[in-house]
Amino acid sequence: MRFGIVVFPGTWSDVDCHHALEKVLGQQAEYVWHKDRDIDRFDAIVLPGGFSYGDYLRCGAIARFSPVMESVAAHAAQGKLVIGICNGFQILCEAGLLPGQLMMNDHLEFRCSWVNLRVENNETRFTHTARKGQVLRVPISHGEGNYTADPETIDELERERRILFRYCAEDGKVTPGANPNGSIGNIAGIMNERGNVLGMMPHPERCVETLLGGIDGAVILSSMFSPMKTPAKA
Amino acid sequence: MPVTDETLKEIALSRAEYEAVVDRLGREPEPLELGLFGALWSEHCGYKHSKPLLKLLPSKSERLLVAPGAENAGAVDIGDGLAIVMKIESHNHPSAVEPRQGAATGVGGIVRDIFAMGARPIALMNSLRFGLPDKPRNRYLLHGVVAGISTYGNCLGIPNVGGEVFFAREYDGNPLVNAMCVGLIEEGRIVRAAPKSPGDIILLVGADTGRDGIHGASGLASRAFAEQAEMRSAVQVGNPFLEKVLIEACLEAIKLPGVVGLQDLGAAGLTSAAIEAAARGNMGLRIDVARVPRRETGMTPYEVMLSESQERMIIIVKPGQEGPVIDTFSKWDLDATPIGEFVNGHEVTIMDGSRQVIATPVGPLTEPPMYEFDAPEPAGLRAIQNEDLAALPLPRQSAGHILLRLLGSPNIASKEAVFRQYDHQVQTNTVVPPGGDAAVLRLKGTPKGIALATDGNGRITYCDPYAGGAIAVAEACRNVSCTGATPIALTDGLNYGNPEKPSIQYQLRRSILGIRDACEALDVPVISGNVSLYNESADKAVFPTPIIGCLGLLARATTHCTVPFKAKDDVIVLLGAGKLSGDPAALAASEYLSLVHDRVAGLPKIDLFLESRLQKLCREAIAADLLRSAHDCSEGGLAVAIAESAILGGLGAELTIEIPDRWDAALFGETQSRIVVSVRKKDLARLEELAEAADVPALRLGTVSGRRVNFGSVCDVSLEAATNAWGHGFERSVSG
Repeated sequence: MRFGIVVFPGTWSDVDCHHALEKVLGQQAEYVWHKDRDIDRFDAIVLPGGFSYGDYLRCGAIARFSPVMESVAAHAAQGKLVIGICNGFQILCEAGLLPGQLMMNDHLEFRCSWVNLRVENNETRFTHTARKGQVLRVPISHGEGNYTADPETIDELERERRILFRYCAEDGKVTPGANPNGSIGNIAGIMNERGNVLGMMPHPERCVETLLGGIDGAVILSSMFSPMKTPAKA
Repeated sequence: MPVTDETLKEIALSRAEYEAVVDRLGREPEPLELGLFGALWSEHCGYKHSKPLLKLLPSKSERLLVAPGAENAGAVDIGDGLAIVMKIESHNHPSAVEPRQGAATGVGGIVRDIFAMGARPIALMNSLRFGLPDKPRNRYLLHGVVAGISTYGNCLGIPNVGGEVFFAREYDGNPLVNAMCVGLIEEGRIVRAAPKSPGDIILLVGADTGRDGIHGASGLASRAFAEQAEMRSAVQVGNPFLEKVLIEACLEAIKLPGVVGLQDLGAAGLTSAAIEAAARGNMGLRIDVARVPRRETGMTPYEVMLSESQERMIIIVKPGQEGPVIDTFSKWDLDATPIGEFVNGHEVTIMDGSRQVIATPVGPLTEPPMYEFDAPEPAGLRAIQNEDLAALPLPRQSAGHILLRLLGSPNIASKEAVFRQYDHQVQTNTVVPPGGDAAVLRLKGTPKGIALATDGNGRITYCDPYAGGAIAVAEACRNVSCTGATPIALTDGLNYGNPEKPSIQYQLRRSILGIRDACEALDVPVISGNVSLYNESADKAVFPTPIIGCLGLLARATTHCTVPFKAKDDVIVLLGAGKLSGDPAALAASEYLSLVHDRVAGLPKIDLFLESRLQKLCREAIAADLLRSAHDCSEGGLAVAIAESAILGGLGAELTIEIPDRWDAALFGETQSRIVVSVRKKDLARLEELAEAADVPALRLGTVSGRRVNFGSVCDVSLEAATNAWGHGFERSVSG
């Protein structure tokens, strides 16, 4: 599969995503400068982590005006895949490609640590290689990952099974203690109605090699390029 | 016009130094010239009290590519066509005035030093010292400094892989904030900070120039602290986003054929960056301050030349080849403005449009007077060293209770609450994260890894400056050796009080001699460093604190060792000691002595030859895959080292060794050159053979077993209580 990795000024997970996708998972990956508009050649677009435009004003609020974002919206409208990781998730929310908003962590500190994620829906293009209810161990690294949305949106996300990951304890129980940032319903990742745009705060690209502490991130990334046994249900 | 005392005080030149300026120029200096001399002759830029001593440090190594002081940072060859660039730098005074911005811009400054060499910054570490956390002011400084490092460093996408946080009363009001940065570059691609030929153009890139930080070098960092009360305007404000794009733009630009050199603007801003580059290239230079982009109006040439606005670099380009460089910067929405050029001869000419402001010879500016001293041992030091530790009563509390107190002491307890605020994984190289003896990073594209640690104990250095210097080197190298990596280079951050006082001169000189001797014994060079003097508040100096950053090389990143015990029934062995001594002399300068008896005294010692054999043995045993865990014995002594391996491994320890009557010295004494390891039963004999061949004593202590840390009837705590004390001690101490 051919991945385009978008680079905004201030992005820093671009290189990590490139390494994970190309060197570790054997896919094609290419950087896309945020001022480029031509992204037709890609099957999937990655909006990586970092501090685009320093996250000044509000996370992702400036990046969403970059020329590439119009093309990303068109790419998504064609049903092709988009994954926004960390800052990428924030940008997708700002761009209106995903509902809701990421606020400052409830404890007001930056948090870099390993968390457990329960796979809430394994019948999607991003999770179909996971077992139902599988617990994935993935790192987070953010100051503003506190997901929020109005009650109607949350209801809709729940009803349509668009919440893909929730922060949980090691045993898979979704508890307040397992929530690292105050997100409503321990939400760590959501997708759009059509099921082709994912936003998540944790960093799957950081855990695709045993030497670095775990390979659960590969479950998410490889779902994107592995054939699905049954068609996705959004 | 004779200069007033007031003016001299502002630029921190003494009357005698002013007279030396007049003498060397053959005339009275112009006001701008006086500013340049003040900055370049400041302790911060000129190292006038430390340079003669720093020359004592060994820097010879087959791996050395860039010697200390020659460029922005030192560099060593690590094979596979790669080199590591590294340096540590202090930002103590700005952090004391405004902790968040002070620490943030400290990170910014050291990162610029690394990418100014053309290297990609791959790791940060911090070595922090504060007054005791029971005072609100010290907690404010701690939280501000950590937030500053976190906010700035995380935005750059450079993993912050650890360091130290230590508290002692002596750092009240004058915290130490030392930041180390490590960069990776292809060997042969290191960029110099000098012009190649006359005519080379100076492009100023990055932030616009404002009035912030004027007299930062001469004012804040080069005089005693009581005078600093109202110097907040001398602290700069950082913009990490700008720094991040500056990194990317500079690393892209240096690939262009016309680029000759790169230099960051740090202390004394444009003055030191441009003039030191000219001195390195043995040329003169001509700058037009009118061309410097500014963020405020009405700035004088003096202010432009001495501004310490952050996130600025100069890039030196062959004439006629500026175009592609300017284009590269504009891709990143950055301006690159030609502000002058290097010229034949040895004169610094500063223009303001068509008006010449000054024309000054480079030599006198960059050759400040040097002060050499050999102060005698201060009165009173002997009394501290000779204090009779045997006369200390054994505590009424049980040994187990004391162990829990030590584990919960903010100096020993887990610093997780700090490290989790730093992104330590970005760049996906971090194999061993912060919290162990040393961090380990893999080097992509090679089987190799590097290990990084910082260490330095002000308490020990206070009791004996020579031992403090030597032990800082030994411990930093021991930390790295406990991962299996071979120490190959050091960077030193020297933090002391006012060097005009003989007692401080003695500390400085003796601890540098200790560093020198340890480097020689352990065969590791010092490749870069930083000196921070005048660390005093209310006329009281901080503990003399040499901080050593150590770089180690691992042949295979996969073959490394960590602190936690790994499996039940493994045998726990102490390397470096043949018996458990109850000699109270081991309590010298210990955490126990400070925490339980509120004393800092005794005579700390180290046998550097044993240290060298011990570290070599540890590395050999790890390379042979004999060790399941290895942990340096340092603050808190043997009992704390064992408890930490147990806590981190989630496994208890049954110690069967006999404990002498003086259990405090045996369990909590801080005798140097000891490593607690665990091995599989079947490997024990081989480890003991290796130890014997290496002439290093080894002592069987017990086994990994159960759910307690148990030294027989003398000291027995549950793993749960130990974990609780160690895991929450820091947060309990620092949340007000």
